[in-house]
Amino acid sequence: MKLLTHNMLQCHIKGVKNGYPLKIEAEKVEEREQDYEPDFLRHIFPRINWDALREGAAAMGIDDLPESASEELLEDDEFLKKFHHALLEVHLEEGALVCPETGRKFPVSDGIPNLLLQEDEC
Amino acid sequence: MGRNDRPEISAPPEIFYNEDEARKYSENSRVVSIQTQLTERALELLALPDDGEPKLLLDLGCGSGLSGEALTERGHVWLGLDISKAMLDVAAEREVEGDLCLHDLGHGLPIRPGTVDGAISISAVQWLCNADTSKNDPRKRLRRFFETLYACLAKGARAVLQVYPANTEQAAMMTNAAMRAGFSGGLVVDFPHSTRAKKYFLVLMVGGTAALPQARGMDGGEPEDEEDEVYVGHRKTKRRKHGHGDKDSKRDWIVRKKQQQRTRGYTNIKPDSKYTGRKRKDRF
Repeated sequence: MKLLTHNMLQCHIKGVKNGYPLKIEAEKVEEREQDYEPDFLRHIFPRINWDALREGAAAMGIDDLPESASEELLEDDEFLKKFHHALLEVHLEEGALVCPETGRKFPVSDGIPNLLLQEDEC
Repeated sequence: MGRNDRPEISAPPEIFYNEDEARKYSENSRVVSIQTQLTERALELLALPDDGEPKLLLDLGCGSGLSGEALTERGHVWLGLDISKAMLDVAAEREVEGDLCLHDLGHGLPIRPGTVDGAISISAVQWLCNADTSKNDPRKRLRRFFETLYACLAKGARAVLQVYPANTEQAAMMTNAAMRAGFSGGLVVDFPHSTRAKKYFLVLMVGGTAALPQARGMDGGEPEDEEDEVYVGHRKTKRRKHGHGDKDSKRDWIVRKKQQQRTRGYTNIKPDSKYTGRKRKDRF
C-alpha cells in the first residue's frame, strides 16, 4: 500500500467523526521503484493532506519531508523527487491501519489492507 | 454452472469469486479480452480531459486488476477496491501498478471527500442488489455506496459503472439510488437490440449539465468484431419456447415433427394426409 492510498483513506465506521488520518503501524516496509512523473505530482498535490503524509512517512521510516509544503516548492526538482519517493515508492507490506477515534485496527497483509467492517459497524 | 445462470444468484461475491473463479480472470483469454474492452468503453464514457496529465482513478470491484491494467496503460494512477480476497491475490500476483484494498462497496467507500478524478467499475455494482444475508438491505447498501461515491469524487468528475442488471426493476433501483445521492446522468445502453452484446453503463456526473453520451449500436447493428459477442457474466438469454400455445394444434405439431425428421434425412416418414393426427375410433 502506497502512502498516496493512505492519504486518501479514512475510517468509514458509522458515527466516526474524526476518522482521518489513519495511524500506520508498520511491520514490514518495501521500496519499489516507480516512474517519476512530475505532472501527476503537481496535479495531485493540492489534494494531499501534508500533515497526514508526513505522519505516515515518519511511521514508515522516512523523515526527510519538509514540515510544510506550498505550491512554490513544486518547481523545486529536489523536493518533487522526495515527494515522489514518499508518495508512490514506499509500500506498507505488513502492519495495520488504526482509526484515530475508535482505535479499530485494519490489518494490512501482503500490501492489501483489509477494510471490511462488521455488520454492527456500518 | 450453465451459461444462463447469473453468478449473482449462486453465492455472495466473496464466496463466488474463489480461487477457481479468480484464475479464470487471468488465464481465460476470452474473459480477459471482454474485460479489457468493457474497460476501454468505460474510459471513453468517462471522458477525462485530454491533457495528457495522469489522473487518480478508482476501480470499484477491481477483481484481478484486468480493468486496472487498461488504466495503467493510459498512464493513470488507480486505487482498486474488491470484496474477494482470492481475486485480489491474483491481482497482487500479476503485480498490477495500482493499490488494492479488501473492501465491501455496500459499506460505503472509505475515501476522503473530493479526492479522486473519476471512478470506473466493471460488472460489479449489480452485486449490491443482492440480499445474501438477513442483514443485507440492498437499498441501504446502494444508498451508502452512491452517497460516499458522490462525496469522494472531485468537482466535475464522472463515474462510469458497467452493470448487468437482472431485470428492469434492478436497473431502475440502481439508477434511482444514484440520482437520490445527487448524481446527474443516467443509463447508457450499448447495442440495445442485441441480446448478447447489450451492455449497460451507468454514467454518473457530479455537478454540470453535460448531456449523456451516445450509446453504440442504436441502429440495431451488432458489434463488428466477433469477439464482441459477449456471454461473460452469464446474461440471461431468452429461452426459445417450444410450441406456440393454443394456436398449435396436435396435428400441427405432428406435421411439424414429421417435416423436421424429413429435413434430417429420414426417408421412412409417411406423407401427410387428411388422416394425419386424427384420433382413432374407440372401437379399434
